[in-house]
Amino acid sequence: MVTAPLEDILSKYEGRARDALLPVLWDIQTAYGYISPDAARAVSHLLRIPAADIYGVISFYSLFSDQPTGETVIQVCTDPACGLAGSDEILRELCAELSIDPGDMTPDGRWTVRATTCLGLCEHAPAALINRRGSGAFSHAPITHSVDLLNGTEKPHQGILGGQTNIFLSGTDGQRRQTLDEYGDYQGLRHALNSLTPQQVSAEVEASGLVGRGGAGFPTGMKWRFTWQAPFQPHYVVCNADESEPGTFKDRVLMEHRPHLLLEGIALCAYAVGAQQAFIFIRGEYPEAEQCLRDAIREAESAGLIGDRVMETDFSLHIEIRRGAGAYICGEETALFEAIEGKRGFPRIKPPFPTTHGVFHKPTSINNVETLCAAPGIVLHGAEWFRPWGTIKSVGLKLVSVSGHVNRPGVYEIPFGISLRALLETHCRGVRGTLQAVLMGGAAGTFLTPDEIDVPLTYEGLQAIGSTLGSGAVMVFNDTADLRDVLRRLARFFAHESCGKCFPCQLGTQRQMEILERSDHALPGDRDRLSDIGFTMTQASLCGLGQTAAAAVLSALQKWPGLVEA
Amino acid sequence: MENNTEPVKTITLTIDDLPVTVPEGTTILDAAQTIDHAIPAICYHDATTANGLCRVCVVDVNGGRLLQPACILPCQDGMVVQTRNERVERSRRTILEMLNSAVDLAQAPTVQTLLDDYQIDRGRFPGSERREHVLLDDNPFYVRDYSQCLLCWRCVQVCADDAQYTFALTWGDRGFHTHISTAFQVDMPESSCVFCGQCVGVCPTGALKPKIEFGLEHGWSLEQIRENTRRGRKRKP
Ligand SMILES: Cc1cc2nc3c(=O)[nH]c(=O)nc-3n(C[C@H](O)[C@H](O)[C@H](O)COP(=O)(O)O)c2cc1C
Ligand code: SF4
Ligand code: SF4
Ligand code: FES
Repeated sequence: MVTAPLEDILSKYEGRARDALLPVLWDIQTAYGYISPDAARAVSHLLRIPAADIYGVISFYSLFSDQPTGETVIQVCTDPACGLAGSDEILRELCAELSIDPGDMTPDGRWTVRATTCLGLCEHAPAALINRRGSGAFSHAPITHSVDLLNGTEKPHQGILGGQTNIFLSGTDGQRRQTLDEYGDYQGLRHALNSLTPQQVSAEVEASGLVGRGGAGFPTGMKWRFTWQAPFQPHYVVCNADESEPGTFKDRVLMEHRPHLLLEGIALCAYAVGAQQAFIFIRGEYPEAEQCLRDAIREAESAGLIGDRVMETDFSLHIEIRRGAGAYICGEETALFEAIEGKRGFPRIKPPFPTTHGVFHKPTSINNVETLCAAPGIVLHGAEWFRPWGTIKSVGLKLVSVSGHVNRPGVYEIPFGISLRALLETHCRGVRGTLQAVLMGGAAGTFLTPDEIDVPLTYEGLQAIGSTLGSGAVMVFNDTADLRDVLRRLARFFAHESCGKCFPCQLGTQRQMEILERSDHALPGDRDRLSDIGFTMTQASLCGLGQTAAAAVLSALQKWPGLVEA
Repeated sequence: MENNTEPVKTITLTIDDLPVTVPEGTTILDAAQTIDHAIPAICYHDATTANGLCRVCVVDVNGGRLLQPACILPCQDGMVVQTRNERVERSRRTILEMLNSAVDLAQAPTVQTLLDDYQIDRGRFPGSERREHVLLDDNPFYVRDYSQCLLCWRCVQVCADDAQYTFALTWGDRGFHTHISTAFQVDMPESSCVFCGQCVGVCPTGALKPKIEFGLEHGWSLEQIRENTRRGRKRKP
């Protein structure tokens, strides 16, 4: 057992402030499998945080527990892609083998098995997250047989990559991380530090037409400029690597295969906004991607590409990884800041916006992984390099995550504008079986029918048919999929992930789930109920989670009204 | 008060088609009050930081995609605000119906008035889970019945940096199952609570109630009240 005694863990955090809370709780959770009241009290003294607040944080995040867990904790994803691939069955088998119910620990304390939300390994569905406290192994694997999980013989996953261009994913064979030697010098950063002012870097990115790839599509260069201009100091960069939208796994693939591309992008952003400190906030369910980043940061630091006086200039940059603890809402930018600050992931009211009041209430540029990965090419080759790809309104390249019933699920790099049909039929080698529906944009997206798949994959093209590109998730369902079952899984996801702050979403996600749970035997009026709940969540919720929690359901009801019929 | 030589800037906007002029920084909630167009509010309280939780105060601003919380949003010149159009009323009514389906509101008179105003269907969500909790009677001063808690956060906020700086209260779990709690759900006397009573004072429902009131409601004799509210005695339900 690698159980660092509590004192050793605590001594690492001596003198730290509240933002060390998630890191110290992670260390305790990892060593002991849970966080006891005594341990929490010790943390309360160490970091001078009220004990109640610490309890509030532990009980908010799914990967923290205040009750003992087994030496091995297996979490099986039951969201749509894994559900279609039979994860319920695997969960049942595991629990039967161990004679426990999902969520429970075996009496001998060796195993805990539970269901979990999307693990971002959808191309390998069904997937599980396995944490073996004894050996310290923490991994993320496709499940072929439940016995592999019990024997510890599960295979590591490898990226499945493809597409029409090979810029973001170049130099990777899907097998392993690109090292610094393979990646080469940070040429874009060197060019910026030698010959561009921070404003020129932002201007170049603005001219390229790059917009945020995290879902909201805000112009990236403009965000950098606003942050640079914000009067208060210090400025921060945050890389949003929380990627928890069901069906989305492109950021995981980028981090596992091309971490140096991301680090160079972060460095360029930091230079442009005048920051010396960057955080990468990565979801706790991505152990391999996190390790790849840690190794890459070490390589880059020893090569003088990040750290003090980068490339012997006056520019210094420290990049710190912060691990999330199981909360989709922490992908929402202000909830993410709260998490870094050691709090429950409650979104803040906007305005003020992150460019003036971000992490620690200081000016912050928060950008998605894929967004930042576009920066090195743009800065090195100039804005015009990016523009030939895509359309006037949707510029450049996009990574899409395809899962479900296609012959080759994976991450595909495409120029904006190819049709959904071309993506599925050419790149993904066709739909398995007869196409029934596509969920575009993830759980927060909308359903398309088979006669809508000629839509061009652009922001404007999808918007024109009432859909969205969102985070670039494409979930494909053939006619064997039970769409009621899919809707139930989506509704469970939102009910599980609502932070509970505002009433429309806190109550609406629960009521929406309850109605969909009974959709095989719907009550009279259920469709109206869903429609009122959806309307209210969409219009009156505080943040993007609630505002999109009914999108997929409402689109399904519009296209297939019979899904909820009394 | 500072010696203010600069005149206060004023803002002119339209609320329900009527022109309104207010000092800069006024919220829509307060501005509407000046023309007697009351906007309903549940979580909002003068003594606590507005967090925009309940959303029954939402209004339509310039026909925007999202409705806006009137308790927070400051007025801006030229804004066109509708406080009771169809979008607004539909959202409010649905929030109230969902709230009523989850929480015991019998002892929340202000909310009852709203439920009546909006003529809600009190049986709108059949077969839905209610938030039910056992009554916590663990200290001589007040009882806690979180089945009546509508999660306005006021108690947490006055206990923390809106007033008392005691930090005895927090939230457990999340989403629908969020509930107000002490650290690790210990009894109040084992928490950092100093029994200032501020939380009881701001609670809009019967969730936090003085022990004496609770005793009178339950027909306790004076002797029983004295017995049960004596300092230092702890009882569990
Ligand atoms: C519920 C919710 C979850 C989100 N999750 C993510 C996420 O996992 N990754 C991400 O980059 N953005 C996510 N976003 C969007 C972020 O709030 C933010 O817009 C984004 O990080 C900005 O980066 P960009 O401009 O590069 O897209 C989420 C938003 C919401 C409302
Ligand atoms: S919309 Fe949902 S997730 Fe967002 S603040 Fe409200 S309850 Fe929390
Ligand atoms: S106990 Fe009362 S004051 Fe506290 S959140 Fe619940 S309703 Fe509000
Ligand atoms: S009164 Fe405005 S959100 Fe509750």
